[in-house]
Amino acid sequence: MTEKYTMPDVKGHFGPYGGMFVAETLMPPIQELNAAYQRYLKDPEFIAELDADLQHYVGRPSPLYYAERWSRELGGAQIYLKREDLNHTGSHKINNTVGQALLAKRMGKTRIIAETGAGQHGVATATVAARLGLECVVYMGAVDVARQSLNVYRMKLLGATVVAVESGSKTLKDALNEALRDWVTNVDNTFYIIGTVAGPHPYPAMVRDFQAIIGRETKQQCQDMIGKLPDALVACVGGGSNAIGLFYPFIDDESVRLIGVEAAGDGVASGRHSAPLCAGRPGVLHGNRTYLMADDDGEIIETHSISAGLDYPGVGPEHAWLKDTGRAEYVNITDNEALEGFYALTRMEGIIPALESAHAMAYTMKLAPTMRKDETIVINLSGRGDKDMQTMAKREGIEL
Amino acid sequence: MSRLAATFEQLAKSGRKALIPFITTGDPTPDFTLPLMHEMVKAGVDIIELGVPFSDPMADGPVIQRASERALAHKMSLRKTLAIAAEFRKTDQQTPIVLMGYLNPIEAMGYEGFANAAQRADIDGVLTVDLPPEEGEQCAALLKERGIDTIFLLAPNSTNDRIKKMAAVGSGYLYYVSLKGVTGAGHLDAADVENKLKQIKAITKMPVSVGFGVKDAETAKTIAALGDGVVVGSALISKIENNLDSPEQAKSEIIALLSAMRQAIDK
Ligand SMILES: Cc1ncc(COP(=O)(O)O)c(C=O)c1O
Repeated sequence: MTEKYTMPDVKGHFGPYGGMFVAETLMPPIQELNAAYQRYLKDPEFIAELDADLQHYVGRPSPLYYAERWSRELGGAQIYLKREDLNHTGSHKINNTVGQALLAKRMGKTRIIAETGAGQHGVATATVAARLGLECVVYMGAVDVARQSLNVYRMKLLGATVVAVESGSKTLKDALNEALRDWVTNVDNTFYIIGTVAGPHPYPAMVRDFQAIIGRETKQQCQDMIGKLPDALVACVGGGSNAIGLFYPFIDDESVRLIGVEAAGDGVASGRHSAPLCAGRPGVLHGNRTYLMADDDGEIIETHSISAGLDYPGVGPEHAWLKDTGRAEYVNITDNEALEGFYALTRMEGIIPALESAHAMAYTMKLAPTMRKDETIVINLSGRGDKDMQTMAKREGIEL
Repeated sequence: MSRLAATFEQLAKSGRKALIPFITTGDPTPDFTLPLMHEMVKAGVDIIELGVPFSDPMADGPVIQRASERALAHKMSLRKTLAIAAEFRKTDQQTPIVLMGYLNPIEAMGYEGFANAAQRADIDGVLTVDLPPEEGEQCAALLKERGIDTIFLLAPNSTNDRIKKMAAVGSGYLYYVSLKGVTGAGHLDAADVENKLKQIKAITKMPVSVGFGVKDAETAKTIAALGDGVVVGSALISKIENNLDSPEQAKSEIIALLSAMRQAIDK
């Protein structure tokens, strides 16, 4: 057994990645946040409250479902789905917002802000804000507001203000920029709930820790159902929170392959994609050093993906580290392949996945047949597809 | 002695305060910047902050965001900004130039490559918004070896510990961000600025310039009286934005505003 995995270091570095690259006005609040997070992470009362919320409000543990028919059809490894789609609000995002909201409450913050791409994190944030009676503002790129209008309506129902961001590429990265601008302006009363393992330290570590419940449950469920560790874990990677949540508790189990699936859009060769780990380069954006999609001048390149939640030019710094060290593998799936994954799961198992999660399904369709029947794959089914009905219907030429 | 140190020393001797314009390089077009720099010097500015356009200017308000977008539409870059600065230096050996921007263009060039290029362009200072001293010591050391100052931002919520840290790692001057917010934001509060500057001055002897929210000659005068220099950015860039079909008009309005500020500050 090699040394135990302990990343990040105290300054939030994963090797050369991560860190705290922010404007001065944000240094005091992220230091304050870090102190609170370090303290409450070890506070039994906080942990008990979090566990109770995860059980009674989110609906955890989420099932590990054996996709028997689909496994037989693919003819290789046995496939299990970690059902994050069954969580309250329909994705893994709520694991993190419940945790951060409890922190916000303890820190005495009265106003919550968030960025969102697919709208799942926005909905999960608006949900916890409603429950705690906190003001909530969600920033969302104007392009995403249009393609995820159902989630925009959900957020508004929950009492949140949704701000359509018109700058830059009008997608997730621009929503993050705008949320950061809000935060520097309102640092005193505002808690910024980042939706993925990006941003300055402590966000990448903190969001991972809140999402790691996915992997911990999976480990126990594998023990109970198959009596051993799985052979491979597969998850889609946008910012990387559902993937790291599944991977993290398995990092020291070296027999388990960790496979992150990025969005290849029209194909990595086309340049129209969202796959910084597969085809990007290291740089600094949104508070951390990681792999980015940027040109030779260091300007961020516009990304493309059918799924709004994967349409981001960066990725959590821990994934950058896991890539460089070879502990995790990163692959990519095009829009068209993701659609095949979407239809396959829907028709074979009666489960309609989010388009983000469909990328992980599509890669599993390639991977499973190359593995033995006595081997096991666990896929993170990070969210349900309801939010994508409009996008899908439109592609099929159907007016809803 | 660095050009920045010499400039502040000279100003202090004559009891004057620095007037520091910020413009986004290449806005609205690449050929607009160099002549404007020379004219601003004629109008009495002491230091020029050249903004390096970035695709994701997280600390900037809408005015400077749009300036970046206009400049990037003409493929402006860190390399081209350095080229313009070098061109300026051929005929003006006196006015210090400070590059202000975000880290990723520097990361793309590599710290050492950037430090060398900045030295060749005879840049005097570098202010990187998203590079706090915690992460910035390596870059600051490379610049220092080449006689280039690293300028850090201080904010209304900066603690004594942080002020000490900036004073230790930084040089040239400190840039006090007068309000919690983005560039070009609402109104700054002179009493708040005064209190904070007292706190900073008690910790370091380094000159302190104040910026964010300085819109007119009156505010420039008030703020200049409190510190060692005043930075004006969005108010100048608004002139460009309001005159996109007439760059000459934009230039004369910028010069008029700077001249008025110069007069008000010196009075
Ligand atoms: C269902 C679902 N899966 C995955 C993602 C991608 O985020 P991450 O990579 O942080 O899990 C999103 C983001 O919106 C999502 O809604």
